[in-house]
Amino acid sequence: MNFAPVIAVGELQPVFAWLYGLLQSIGLEGTLLTVVMYAGLGGTVFGVLCVLALFLVWWERKIAGHIQQRFGPMRNGWHGWYQTLADAVKLLQKEDVLVDTRDRPVFFWAPVIGFVAAFAAYVVMPFGKGLIVADLNIGILYIMAVTTFTVISLLMAGWGSNNKYALLGGMRSAAQVVSYEVPMVVSILTVILYTGSLSMVDIVESQSGLFFNWFIFRIPFGPIAFITYITAATAEANRTPFDIPEAEQELVAGFNVEYSGMKFAMFFLAEFINMFTVSAIAVTLFLGGWQGLSFLPSWLWFLGKTLMVVLLLMLFRWTYPRLRVDQLMEFAWKILVPITFANLIIAGWFKWAGWYW
Amino acid sequence: MMGEIRTQEFIVNMGPHHPSTHGVCRLMLTMDGEKVMKVEPYIGYLHRALEKICENRTYHQCIPILDRFEYVTAMSCNYTFALAAEKLAQIEVPERAEYLRVIMLELNRIASHLIFFGTTAMDLGALTPFLYALREREYIMDLFEMTCGQRLTYNYIRIGGVAKDIPAEFVPQCREAIKIIGKKVPEYEGLLNENPIWKARTIGVGVLPPELAVAYAASGPILRASGVKYDLRRDDPYSIYDKFEFDIPTRPNGDVFDRYILRLEEIKQSIRIIGQALEGLPEGDIKAKVPLKFKPPAGEVYSRIENSRGELGVYILSDGTDKPVRVKTRGGSYNHLQLIPEIGTDCLIADLVAIFASFDVIMPEVDR
Repeated sequence: MNFAPVIAVGELQPVFAWLYGLLQSIGLEGTLLTVVMYAGLGGTVFGVLCVLALFLVWWERKIAGHIQQRFGPMRNGWHGWYQTLADAVKLLQKEDVLVDTRDRPVFFWAPVIGFVAAFAAYVVMPFGKGLIVADLNIGILYIMAVTTFTVISLLMAGWGSNNKYALLGGMRSAAQVVSYEVPMVVSILTVILYTGSLSMVDIVESQSGLFFNWFIFRIPFGPIAFITYITAATAEANRTPFDIPEAEQELVAGFNVEYSGMKFAMFFLAEFINMFTVSAIAVTLFLGGWQGLSFLPSWLWFLGKTLMVVLLLMLFRWTYPRLRVDQLMEFAWKILVPITFANLIIAGWFKWAGWYW
Repeated sequence: MMGEIRTQEFIVNMGPHHPSTHGVCRLMLTMDGEKVMKVEPYIGYLHRALEKICENRTYHQCIPILDRFEYVTAMSCNYTFALAAEKLAQIEVPERAEYLRVIMLELNRIASHLIFFGTTAMDLGALTPFLYALREREYIMDLFEMTCGQRLTYNYIRIGGVAKDIPAEFVPQCREAIKIIGKKVPEYEGLLNENPIWKARTIGVGVLPPELAVAYAASGPILRASGVKYDLRRDDPYSIYDKFEFDIPTRPNGDVFDRYILRLEEIKQSIRIIGQALEGLPEGDIKAKVPLKFKPPAGEVYSRIENSRGELGVYILSDGTDKPVRVKTRGGSYNHLQLIPEIGTDCLIADLVAIFASFDVIMPEVDR
């Protein structure tokens, strides 16, 4: 069955081809069929990501526990595997405590925007060989644009709560995310220089072959770009040592101090999705994406690599103290930005001289 | 028409319920954005009238009340009151009891400094050291539980001696515990001392000049971190501290980093003292004969010891009956809290949290 016009789904093509046939046999056709297929695909991605976020929450708690010489969740199921599920159910049932002085629409829409922005990035994420919802030719640019919406949501949450701690958290997050966007984008530009394309699929394809073709191994500029990207990405995802927007010892909980119940859960899940997003971008750009040896399916390679990067971010969080707000800005503008620009120039020079493989 | 754009200072109530005020302290901050312009501590949320309660109790009954005065180092409170009562009635304490008291006091000092280490690291955003510190503190808690059955409020040091003798397995287990803690402290230092983020957050933050520290009657680690070598264990010796060899560490700068590193040094010195005390622990009585209806002669007395949070003092006024007329306690935290407005202004809110944590203020000592 010809499935190509609708979408490329890589190794899962047989499943989708069967579904396509099923839908056709009940009389759907044309535009309607395409819409239904895309809706199904979106639902699948959403479901997978929700499960992934639940897994990440559990995993982080386990890792934190083992770093801190305890077990983490142990009671619910094998090593507490459905602990986060139980927590999610609890949060769903909780009363949504509201402040009377809140700015109603702003307060309501803040978690929604954050949640949507976190998921929107996955439209162009290549999960595996051909396993991508839409291969936009501006893929990475689209991701950068969409993930920046997170800062709007945090700022809205800070303002809408009408709480001084929340406002401080919102202002901090605006300053931080906007500052770290610069080194992040410049690090990404270093990669774009070599791939010559913004499409995520092209970026992965250009790193095909064995692991030394991965961008991180293009010495000297590759590793530097990777390190600066990971540093900026940690700040983008609001993780320790850059978690000043919610610094609980200073601002209690920062921007989400007035949120409870499901609205809080949306922020919480979005945070973990964001962490997975920045890790997935790191894998796509620097670690060869879904490329790997053929004894495992490509999406498993992608997932494994991404989880390793996530593990790195989690280790940061449970090891380091937190930076102060002025030191954070200094670090971005005085250290990270010059390094990334110098790196970009070096990379450009190598490209011009042809000293790369 | 757009109005004139202007900035405005605003007031934030940090506390009484705030993660980093360590209890129910309320700091009223006048802030200009992230910057703290003015700090005003408001106290009294934990006032329990402990001094007044003591006036209606016999001397023996006062000791469990004073456990609650400073619950992180309850042994010190027990001891200070017992010391004052013994001074008043001129009671000779058996030597074994003195040794046991020193062991308990120093163990409790280690436990208190471990809590300081954990909470300070946590206030600066590093969550993991807190769990490590509590893990080591557990060895000390086990020892206390084995000795007096309690883990927080001990009621162990009594007038004339201690409540009961240590069990047989105490000495080997105590040796093991101080050995483990002695090994773990360098591990903590390895985790934080050279960490660039930690150094950036602590070095040069909240500098307390020695003159200011003396003017505010700061004492204990906070005074010594500013370079003043003053330790009551040396300068006004009590119990049998003159028998032991130990150093009094000082630090030159008086910033948050110095206050942190000084306490880790003190843990090492306490381990030395405990080691010597366990070596020289004599046999004999553990309590002098003190009647249940203890009536010291009329008069007044002030006793003071070096606690983990500075000078801990108890003043007793006696009229010759079995109840004190007045008991006044003095804790270091009360003076240290007053230093917060002095050195906590004109800094960022994150610095204020670090300064507050480094003073190791404990609210029951402030409110009494």
